[in-house]
Amino acid sequence: MRGTLSDRTGAALLMAPLLLFLVLAYAWPFLGVVKWSFTLPTPGLDQYSALATDPLVQSVFIRTLRIALIVTLVSVTAAYAITVVWVRGSPVQGVIAEFCILVPFWISVLTRAFGWVALLSNRGLINTWLQSIGFISEPLALVRNEFGVIVGMTHFLIPFAVFPLASAMRSLDERVLLAARGLGSSRMRTFWTVFVPMTRSGIIGSAMIVFVFSLGFFVTPAILGGGRSVMIAELIYLRIFQSPDWGLGAAISVVLVVFVGALMALLFRSVKPKQLV
Amino acid sequence: MPTYRPGPISLILAVLVALFLLLPLLAVIPVSLTPSRMLAMPSGELSLRHYRALYEDPRWIDAILLSIRIGVVSSAISTVLALCFSLGVWMFQPRFSAALVGFVLLPMVVPPVVSAITLYFLLTSISGMSSFFGYDTWLGVAMAHSVMTVPFATVLILVSLSQLDRRIDLAARGLGASVWERATRVIMPNIRFGIVTAALLSFVLSWEEIGVTLFITSVNAITLPRLMWMGLRDNIDPAIAALSVILIIITVLVLAVRSLVTRQRGAR
Repeated sequence: MRGTLSDRTGAALLMAPLLLFLVLAYAWPFLGVVKWSFTLPTPGLDQYSALATDPLVQSVFIRTLRIALIVTLVSVTAAYAITVVWVRGSPVQGVIAEFCILVPFWISVLTRAFGWVALLSNRGLINTWLQSIGFISEPLALVRNEFGVIVGMTHFLIPFAVFPLASAMRSLDERVLLAARGLGSSRMRTFWTVFVPMTRSGIIGSAMIVFVFSLGFFVTPAILGGGRSVMIAELIYLRIFQSPDWGLGAAISVVLVVFVGALMALLFRSVKPKQLV
Repeated sequence: MPTYRPGPISLILAVLVALFLLLPLLAVIPVSLTPSRMLAMPSGELSLRHYRALYEDPRWIDAILLSIRIGVVSSAISTVLALCFSLGVWMFQPRFSAALVGFVLLPMVVPPVVSAITLYFLLTSISGMSSFFGYDTWLGVAMAHSVMTVPFATVLILVSLSQLDRRIDLAARGLGASVWERATRVIMPNIRFGIVTAALLSFVLSWEEIGVTLFITSVNAITLPRLMWMGLRDNIDPAIAALSVILIIITVLVLAVRSLVTRQRGAR
């Protein structure tokens, strides 16, 4: 074998299997889905004009955007609070914060959604407790609605929001903070006028990641929304399996990919990829 | 050295967030001990019947065994493909490698539901040709899971390659080692930790995969998450709570061991 392989063929031989696999098992079938969106049930642009006019599809799109925005706002704020302690806290505080971030991160989305059902359902922990202390007489509707979806998605996405924030906070020059304090700035003022602006890239990266994730989220909304608070991804599922309307499901998928792709392009323009991880 | 520590307000907020993160994991413990057949808090009495149901009910055992089989096969496929590809990128640094890596990472950034409908299209089209590979077969699921896990395996292996000193490979090359010898006797032993991590992560991701699996299985290939999903959508089975408790305990133990190991490495 020695010296018989030129660099170019060596690279090609090593890289070809994965590229071939992904072209055959991913790129080609995606083109098939795009084809569906133009040909099912009849060839033409019907599905795309339906997307623009169908009130049900539009209400799902608007709900998805609304939920994604709320979830982004809440997750990034919550992640910021715990990341400050993880990165800047004492060693013991840091270990505890890390544990609280990583344990949920590694537990499957189904288990976590189920945990929220156990907490929020009519006979769940919160309603049982509130009734036993006589605070309420009827169980509160905490799940199988938009509230449950937002709570579950926020819980899932906080760890993802933490990582870009943590890298921004780690790379921050501590001497600037000490200088601000030394010059007589209060703790609060240092935080808002020095610390937060200096972690801006982390905030943007974290918000974009959470927002993009929320748009295509499927499992948590399907379980905690209970079919009442349907988001785009669940709509695609229902169009494929319940009303067999493959054309519309495919068209929604194509629009979703284009939308997410545009957002990602924006993200990589505003933040350098290296600052994200 | 002076340090900038978080103040009391930050600490209180962080504790609230930490409670929010842990609460749903703790909530499954009492539910798993309920004597009732329905999802409810135990009132007075505790029972282990839902834990017993896990190993007495063949559906759960079958699903666990199937998930393990699919996880092993898809992890093997994605680790081998990712390793070859990454070696190609690192050793030869071909033109367009940034674009090619970007292409490989697509299944990681595309919304999972779009990947799901794509793989649904793939497997239903193959179904006509082969009864082993298509829709609702375990090999089909393993193949689909490989598509989803291969970007993660590639990232991990590329990261460990980026930490490898190029001069080691150059020395081997200068001494006349072939491409094969450089890859298997010089580079791979140096990144074995990254390779093992990639294989483990691929297995875990496949073990937990539900978004894609829902689209490509119906009655034959019931993985563990798929069975949990069915139990969650209809009337909620408290056996899921028992299973969740076990999975949470395993996760906590693995993370604790990992942090001990990394701490000892750091201490040395």
